[in-house]
Amino acid sequence: MSQPLLALQEVCKVYGQGAAQTPVLNHIDLQIAQGEFVAIMGHSGSGKSTTLNILGCLDTPTSGTYLFDGMHVEQMSTQQRALLRRFYIGFVFQGFNLLNRTSALENVELPLIYRGLSREQRQQLAMDALKAVGLEDYAHHTPGELSGGQQQRVAIARAIVTQPKVLMADEPTGNLDTQRSHEIMQILQSLNQEQGITIVMVTHEEEMAAYAHRRILFKDGQIESPELPPEAV
Amino acid sequence: MIWNAFVLALREIRRNLMRSFLTVLGIVIGVASVITMVTLGSGATAQVTQDVASLGSNLINVSPGQRMGMGVRTNAPSFKRSDVLALKNELRGVKAAAPVSRSAITANFGNAHWSTSLSGTTADYFEVREWRTQQGRLFTEAEERAGRALCVIGETVREQLFGKESPIGNQIRFHKMACTVIGLLQSKGQSSFGSDQDDIILMPLKTFQRRISGDQDINLIQVAILQGLDTSEYKRKIVKLMRDRRHLSDNEDNDFSVMDMKEIANMLSNITKVLTMLLGAVAAVSLLVGGIGIMNIMLVSVTERTREIGIRLAIGALEKEVLTQFLVESVVLSTFGGIFGILLAFVASSILAMLMSVPLVFNIWVIIAAFLFSAFIGVLFGYFPARKAARLDPIVALRHE
Repeated sequence: MSQPLLALQEVCKVYGQGAAQTPVLNHIDLQIAQGEFVAIMGHSGSGKSTTLNILGCLDTPTSGTYLFDGMHVEQMSTQQRALLRRFYIGFVFQGFNLLNRTSALENVELPLIYRGLSREQRQQLAMDALKAVGLEDYAHHTPGELSGGQQQRVAIARAIVTQPKVLMADEPTGNLDTQRSHEIMQILQSLNQEQGITIVMVTHEEEMAAYAHRRILFKDGQIESPELPPEAV
Repeated sequence: MIWNAFVLALREIRRNLMRSFLTVLGIVIGVASVITMVTLGSGATAQVTQDVASLGSNLINVSPGQRMGMGVRTNAPSFKRSDVLALKNELRGVKAAAPVSRSAITANFGNAHWSTSLSGTTADYFEVREWRTQQGRLFTEAEERAGRALCVIGETVREQLFGKESPIGNQIRFHKMACTVIGLLQSKGQSSFGSDQDDIILMPLKTFQRRISGDQDINLIQVAILQGLDTSEYKRKIVKLMRDRRHLSDNEDNDFSVMDMKEIANMLSNITKVLTMLLGAVAAVSLLVGGIGIMNIMLVSVTERTREIGIRLAIGALEKEVLTQFLVESVVLSTFGGIFGILLAFVASSILAMLMSVPLVFNIWVIIAAFLFSAFIGVLFGYFPARKAARLDPIVALRHE
């Protein structure tokens, strides 16, 4: 097996200080290979969201190491992590987190602004990304004019417009009905299969987790059932 | 990156047009009032200087009593006609010296009446103050000495009493006497003191003393010296002469005062300058308040847009990029405020200058300074909210409702 894309070693995360210390993650070891589609599952408070934040370089471990494509994220500055997110990571959130009163196209363009692309390039790439999620006809609609499922598709378009290595999805179907949820999962699946984007998804729905290659179950800050990567089976 | 931030800022301002407008209103008013105040102040100063200069820079006023600030005088004997003659004859270089005694009267002609100022003086006065007639003639020295019931009137008095009729040869009545109008003075317009120089009736001093005041007192002597001579030197000469005439010993203070027009001009323009500074300072405070308004709105905006900032940070915006974005936004807002303020100031000062009839003196440096200051206020008051935005933790910001 080649070097994993994401690797957590002995990662602990503790919130608070002194007597109020609350351990959230307890010695996590986790490896995710390039091109994998992983579902992280667990009850609320099990540490799954914290793990996703650490994997997404939004948060840092209290101790332990995190290697992103061989780079030590735990040693990076805030700015370095921001640049890592900018160039390698896309995010999809439960609450969509689109900019209000801003068209779908402008929302998708947003990450490209920080890459310093010209307006034409941005619009071209953003339009392509909207096409990939089937929303090219809604480019000039604002989030308020779109359904929940459509909003989440815009959010996915925003996450993939930079062609990231990894897509971090935090309960992407949490606010959607079953049918929309399956549509979203199909989009994620095809992104994984056709563009080879590694996907790490937090969910608590078995049905949605079924789209992933493997499931990692968290309980009380520890990995309870580390399913092996498919290749290792 | 700055250009990007500028475009983003414009987009954000457009998205919240009403709020943006209200935000910059403080700056608009602040900048407009600073510029308007200073412009009107400079106009008033210029007007004063120009008016006083038009009175003649070779003019020296001699009045009884010591001037204790504006208008306050100590009691002192007034002048006599002999003082005027002495000033005129004993000092070489004095072109003319004219006594002036004034009284407020109401003049009547037919059914028309008009309250104005009556001055008794000599023919020298026309030379001292450079009065010319537009109709009729001025009275002569002989007529003055004879105490004839004649008068010369200003344009305003003519307008009020005679309307369309010609005043020359008609008799006007005031203070139980009738007086024949022999001349109409050329209009001099308003003086910087706000008084109408044409609202005047001039009559021979002797007539005035006999029929109006009933005494021999003279309250003011106006002395014109020849052009090109040093006024301060003549002031010293006049002081010496008057001290001799009034028998003042060395340890006594002057019981009269001598002022040249330059002094009066300086005094007046100093007053208007101080007033301008004061008004400008008050207006500058409103500019500061406008800046605080911007800070307020930017802080609200940061709170309102916490999630947006979280999204930006999550997708890889650097702290300094978020800082720049908000800073540029507040600078763009306040700069717009500055520009609108300048435009408003142009309109307001044009109208006000017209109403106050002072010349319009735009001071380019004040405009530049007000503009730069408004941009500076954007940086100053935008920095704190912008830093707050940039330092948000993306995880917390994304959870913000």
